Amino acid sequence: MSISFYLAFKELWRNRGRFFLISLVIALISLLVLFNAALGEGLGTNNRQYIANLDAQLIVFLDKADYLISSSRLDQADLRAVRRIEGVADAGPISTSNTAILLNNDEVLKVSLLGVEAGRPGLPQVVEGFPLRTDQAKETVIDRNVALRSDIQVGDEITIRSTQGPEDEFYVLKVVGLTEGQAYFFQPTIFVTPSIWELVRPKSEVELNKTIPDINVIAVKLNDPTQTKAVGERLTTLVTNTRTADITTTINNIPGYTAQQGTIQTMGIFTLLIGILVIGGFFQIQVLQKVPQIGMLKAIGSSNEVVGGAAVIQIMIVTALGVAIGGIFTFILSLVFPPTVPLIFNGSASVLAILGLLVIGPMGGLVSVLYAVLIEPLKALRLSQ
Amino acid sequence: MRTIALEVKNIQKTFSVDGGKIDAVADVSFQVRAGEFVALVGPSGSGKTTLLSILAALLTASSGEVLVDGQDLARMKERQRVELRRKKIGFTFQTNNLIPYLTALENVEFMLRLNGLDGREGRKRSKDLLKRLGLGDRLNNLPGQMSGGQQQRVAIARALIHNPAVVLADEPTASLDTQHAFQVVEAFAKLVHEDGHAGVMVTHDLRMCRYVDRVLQMLDGKLVREYKNRKDIDRLAEKGV
Repeated sequence: MSISFYLAFKELWRNRGRFFLISLVIALISLLVLFNAALGEGLGTNNRQYIANLDAQLIVFLDKADYLISSSRLDQADLRAVRRIEGVADAGPISTSNTAILLNNDEVLKVSLLGVEAGRPGLPQVVEGFPLRTDQAKETVIDRNVALRSDIQVGDEITIRSTQGPEDEFYVLKVVGLTEGQAYFFQPTIFVTPSIWELVRPKSEVELNKTIPDINVIAVKLNDPTQTKAVGERLTTLVTNTRTADITTTINNIPGYTAQQGTIQTMGIFTLLIGILVIGGFFQIQVLQKVPQIGMLKAIGSSNEVVGGAAVIQIMIVTALGVAIGGIFTFILSLVFPPTVPLIFNGSASVLAILGLLVIGPMGGLVSVLYAVLIEPLKALRLSQ
Repeated sequence: MRTIALEVKNIQKTFSVDGGKIDAVADVSFQVRAGEFVALVGPSGSGKTTLLSILAALLTASSGEVLVDGQDLARMKERQRVELRRKKIGFTFQTNNLIPYLTALENVEFMLRLNGLDGREGRKRSKDLLKRLGLGDRLNNLPGQMSGGQQQRVAIARALIHNPAVVLADEPTASLDTQHAFQVVEAFAKLVHEDGHAGVMVTHDLRMCRYVDRVLQMLDGKLVREYKNRKDIDRLAEKGV
């Protein structure tokens, strides 16, 4: 065992109550950072999940829609034209709206209502039951999050309520399949065919007699997924008034997505900075209290490496313990949160947050370690003139 | 004839203060042989502590030579001085002597750890030394659980355990009552004599001189008198504080 580790361990053990309290403070910071990271991951996922999981490489928008899905309006002719472009393996329409499912307890569950064609890009894989089959059948595939937030199962019938003109209309749909990871715009999703989507979606009075559904965007699957740029350029040349984007660009243009992620990241960075200050403050006070002792250690022949090493090891152990306790707290707390709270702990953001937390300890303690190394034994022991 | 463990030749230490210069130590020369215990006495500001700091390789002399076990401190780089302090010098201070989170035994063993001499044999030696100093029942006590006198004795054990050539003590009895002060210095002197270290003790308390072999008296940075004769030393010790 190195002398630094020996000193660090002995001091930690003999003053375990004090150091445990510091670890608890770090644990609380960890809790905050991890929840922040999980919330960011959860909100981001809820916003982008459906688009991110699409079995497509390109999204076709109306040219002047500025990559906003809700502003984009395409028609069946555009869809047919896209399917004829060289390099396009398949293309499926996506129509977006919202609706509310009536639940047994007189409450409603607000969901995203997506119109997609059976067997085309846009309709996700089902994990239970069947995919949508015929255009006219009043069937739906629901996201597992819908099932988690209600008692709805495959085979059940659900009633949705949509405001159409001045009236509230109610439609019964049969749940034929279950899919996973398809949240869109912060809401769990139900999928219907384009005809049913047009029938059941909320409409203004002037849209009441409309039967041909609008298409917001077209999901395009390519023969060669690496050719997004070439096919995209060909497509926008041949299909007028369109613009294409890859999946990443589409996600970054979801309203509020970039700003939201930026806000969450800023919060995370500030929390880490606060962590650095708190941990730095603790260890600085600790070193200030030990100035004569460090001076004595140096006077009897301890090198700067021994003194600095002991401080660094202490900081790392206390930080690691705090982060571990914080991680356990966070896990336990996450179990009691309802599925409506968008927390995702298995994301890369959580891993990054943990790494960040493990780094802030040594960073925060850097000043105190430097201070310890620079202590002059003569002054520390008050032997100087 | 015993070997010379500490040799000081024409040491000068000058500090710049308010644009002027003060000689804290001026042209001091003396030798201490192995197994000899020397007291450095004098009023406050006479340069005792500055001289002790130079002997401990904590402060560099402005001029002159200090040889510890034959090694010239002036020619050493900082890293070598740290190594010399660790291997060749034992040091006890007025206060803050011990590492508060190590037991008496661990504090003594720490010096062996620093020198890579720890292990079963080192532990046995540490225990034996503490027992010789009357601390056999305090081995596992933390400093906070011991009296000031006991702490000083642990510090003495730590200063001697690695068998240094030179042992330095800065006012080891400053914070002790009379009874404990005598016990500590007597124990210190006994170990210096028995184990053949060169001991130098700075003290204000002239009564402690009864245990030393020689007394060097300082005034205004200079060595003004040396007491070698036993009778003279005892007479000085009788004068008291």
